Amino acid sequence: MEFIKSADVVVIGGGIVGTAVLRELSKYDLKCILVEKEPDLAMGTTKANSAILHAGFDAPTGSLKAITNVRGNKLYHELEQELDLDIKWTGSLVAATTDEEMKTLQELLERGKANGVEGLKILSREEVLEKEKNLTSVKGALWAPSAGVCWPFGAALAFARCAVQNGAEVIRDCRVLGFIKEDGRIAGVETSKGVIRTKYVVNAAGVYADEIAKLAGDESFTITPRKGEYILFDKTACSSLVFGVVFPTPTKKSKGILVCTTTHGNTFIGPNAQDMEDKDDHAVTAEGMNEIIASARKLIPNLPMGAAITEFSGLRAVSSTGDFIIGASAVAGLYNAAGMQSPGLTAAPAVAEMLAEAIVKDSGAQAKADFKAKLPKKHIFNRLNWDKQAELIKENSLYGRVICRCETITEAEIVEAIHESCGARTVDGVKRRTRAGMGRCQGGFCGPRVTQILARELNIPVPEVLKERADSHMFYEKNQAQGGEA
Amino acid sequence: MAVETKIMNCIMCPLGCEMTVTIEDGAVIDVKGNTCPRGAQYAKDEVTAPKRMLTSTVGIKGGLLPLLPVVSAAVLPKGKILECAAYLRNVTVQAPIKTGDVVVKDILGLGVDIVASRDMEKI
Amino acid sequence: MNQLYDVIIVGGGPAGLSAAYSAWENGAKKIIIIERDRELGGILQQCIHNGFGLHHFKEELTGPGYAHRCIELIKDKPEIEVLVDTMVLDVLRNKTVIAVSPAKGLLQLEGKTVILTMGCRERTRGAIRIPGERPAGVFTAGAAQRMVNMEGYLPGHKIVILGSGDIGLIMARRMSLEGCKVQAVLEICPFSNGLTRNIVQCLNDYDIPLHLSHTIVKIHGEGRVTGVTVSKVDEKMCPIPGTEFDIECDTVLLSVGLIPENELSRGLMLEMHPLTSGPVVDQHRQTSLPGFYAAGNVVHVHDLVDFVSEEAEIAGKFAALEAQGKLDKNMRTVKVNPIDGVRTCVPQKLSLPQGGEKAKLFMRVAAPQRKVRLEVKSGDTVLVSRMLPVAKPSEMIAVEIPAEKTALMGDEITVGLKQ
Repeated sequence: MEFIKSADVVVIGGGIVGTAVLRELSKYDLKCILVEKEPDLAMGTTKANSAILHAGFDAPTGSLKAITNVRGNKLYHELEQELDLDIKWTGSLVAATTDEEMKTLQELLERGKANGVEGLKILSREEVLEKEKNLTSVKGALWAPSAGVCWPFGAALAFARCAVQNGAEVIRDCRVLGFIKEDGRIAGVETSKGVIRTKYVVNAAGVYADEIAKLAGDESFTITPRKGEYILFDKTACSSLVFGVVFPTPTKKSKGILVCTTTHGNTFIGPNAQDMEDKDDHAVTAEGMNEIIASARKLIPNLPMGAAITEFSGLRAVSSTGDFIIGASAVAGLYNAAGMQSPGLTAAPAVAEMLAEAIVKDSGAQAKADFKAKLPKKHIFNRLNWDKQAELIKENSLYGRVICRCETITEAEIVEAIHESCGARTVDGVKRRTRAGMGRCQGGFCGPRVTQILARELNIPVPEVLKERADSHMFYEKNQAQGGEA
Repeated sequence: MAVETKIMNCIMCPLGCEMTVTIEDGAVIDVKGNTCPRGAQYAKDEVTAPKRMLTSTVGIKGGLLPLLPVVSAAVLPKGKILECAAYLRNVTVQAPIKTGDVVVKDILGLGVDIVASRDMEKI
Repeated sequence: MNQLYDVIIVGGGPAGLSAAYSAWENGAKKIIIIERDRELGGILQQCIHNGFGLHHFKEELTGPGYAHRCIELIKDKPEIEVLVDTMVLDVLRNKTVIAVSPAKGLLQLEGKTVILTMGCRERTRGAIRIPGERPAGVFTAGAAQRMVNMEGYLPGHKIVILGSGDIGLIMARRMSLEGCKVQAVLEICPFSNGLTRNIVQCLNDYDIPLHLSHTIVKIHGEGRVTGVTVSKVDEKMCPIPGTEFDIECDTVLLSVGLIPENELSRGLMLEMHPLTSGPVVDQHRQTSLPGFYAAGNVVHVHDLVDFVSEEAEIAGKFAALEAQGKLDKNMRTVKVNPIDGVRTCVPQKLSLPQGGEKAKLFMRVAAPQRKVRLEVKSGDTVLVSRMLPVAKPSEMIAVEIPAEKTALMGDEITVGLKQ
């Protein structure tokens, strides 16, 4: 089972930062391998966050957060077409409900201008209500037209698939156990699947980045997981919530509990912020839910709680330095991309540029002439008109079988999600790629069917199909009777 | 002479009549609250020898589905239900099957057949 | 353009099948049933237990047995066409139905009338906000039932069931018969939401404890469920601190309510009822949009399939009459107002011809009560009065109003309970 591979760069962590770095490096004549400990990409912070592409007025001017946020936002505008990313450029509002908060908006506006954010404007109550009719308690808001929402899992997957089509390799279920060093320099990575010889390592391990750095001999920082909980609403609820991104006026600890749309037309409220000790604690708590409901009610007094369809939580990677940690470590060959809390998602492509530039400079790598920037467009059945849908079913009859009834996801799309590069291996993997199971019935109807399709396409027995992590079996073989005679 | 009254819910149909059952020396002497004769019979059986219908599945080969739902043709002794269910877990039949076809004759020698509760065409 | 159907029926469960048969009986010549699953029969095909059909077929049947009877009635009739494995994507207000299937591609069907019989779906974990991790092994009872009874797999071995609705109780027995251990059934209400017979034959028979006024406050487990923390709740259904205890399990089955499946109805902008979550209908099961009928669990969740069939036969009949231009056009509307302990009543309005028309009302009460009088009144005039020995929210109450009484109605009537 164990392999010995060799690479020029090993990227640790398949979240938004790791995959963005992998894609950036795949533009050069470098052999790159990404290792991810989970069965799927983007299973940490990337899969459970607010999905906002921030404009960039929050972070202190001159900080890495501010610089990479503004640059990252611009890059997403460019990458959207190339990688067929799911983005809605909604703009964002920071809503103020008191005179005190109106003053804070002015500060944010000034800071945003200094950070290079374009188009910022303070809106009156009337102007806000024109955009969001349910924000009945506001006095005014800061409008940032360059903000938007994206589908973070989709973005990470697109980055990874683009890198793969340019020669990079992605290995999942592959945990880093240690490093091989020669003359004080990184010379290899020991993983649960074997050894990879390499000259460079990029540490994009999210909440575990401090532990990875420590394994390599870099103890310069620590990461504290900060939990944020969310409640997601059915699509039918958006008319009683919001159509875009609405922040409350921020406090020191967090950007606050927001009310926000998703690229798929749902609305969510959250996140709260709680510092944790356990990096594996993803539990949603009753207290947390009550907290976000109470806070969101300050912006939208009449929350349609009956339309809630799921609750989840994510862990932000908060660094001990207070800013992103990007660049060469004191350990030769190790590069960190750590402490990537908000606006990490927005910043990721810019962080990737910075790291690639540093590694290219050090290694003397050359840009490839034949870099394939464009990903093939996927068919999303429920976004097509009837003629197109009819055409697709003629080409592939599986487009005619709707598996997920809530989101109208067809069998063809599920089969494709399994067989594409970096394809789905788990029920939740299918869900994140296709949205099957993301609707109001939360996989009640389609979960068992998706399980059976996975078994068929991966050629494994149904009881071996996992929901997500190790041991997360969906179903079991039926019990054989004891003592019965056939 | 030991006379006791028991409140009992009839399970013969979804109405679930609440019945007052008077028992003397282990025998039912009076039933009140039932809306049909099946209730009285149920109360008597329940006191002396409780019985239940059994529904379960058996395996089926060559049909649209891997399982065939089955039902006991009559009530079985309540105490034998789990044993019968365990027995059925190891039974597999071959499609085609018609509703009412006997799947297991005289299950566990209890004098009751197990029959198919749906059709399953051969595919 | 495609042919014009007299009646297009969306959904081939018991409601759709009964509606189709009744439309045929009442003279409709071109009927089509569109079913998304691989076969007709709807959810009955997975409800392999018995107890169905006592009212409708005068015989106790299993779910598949009941479905079989319904299917036999519509089989081999040239006037009734059936499409399975076909999903309706959209229904337009002009009665155009858009559907897709692997075999036939995208279909555009035109109807003179449309009957909505989509049934209902189960409330999920998310809707009731159970805290904790999100491991595998949390299923709605119906999803688990389909796996055990139709697909041949078990959802787990050591089971806790949240909610004492009938599906939950039936699943408690079913899993016991499959050799699994059902640890407990938890119910947040101080009373069970299932039929009494099911408490007796599904829980008591298998020594499965039912904890009333209890709920799950945390689900444990990283990969698969490893257990739940349970707490007693107060009158407001809030967990009482200090009453928590843990139950080990690898599976949590949820039986916490059903919701009519009305995405198509909402797309049609039909008037919806906030409490039933279904379209507002008259006694013919016509919705707020002429030519559109609805019947069965899509209108309001039933506890007996027999009543689903009864309701669907009404819808089928009147859709067929409308398609043939035989529906009385001069009808007055009477509003039906549930009051005093009656939570919901279907139909929500009556469309009455001159001289009145027999009408049946289906009600649910708000809380369990004993020895109450149900009264249907128009103003101060009592039209129907009936003593109920027991009235429970879980058991639908049906009451018929004779034609001559409906003729006496004003613009609205009330249905309520009186001590």
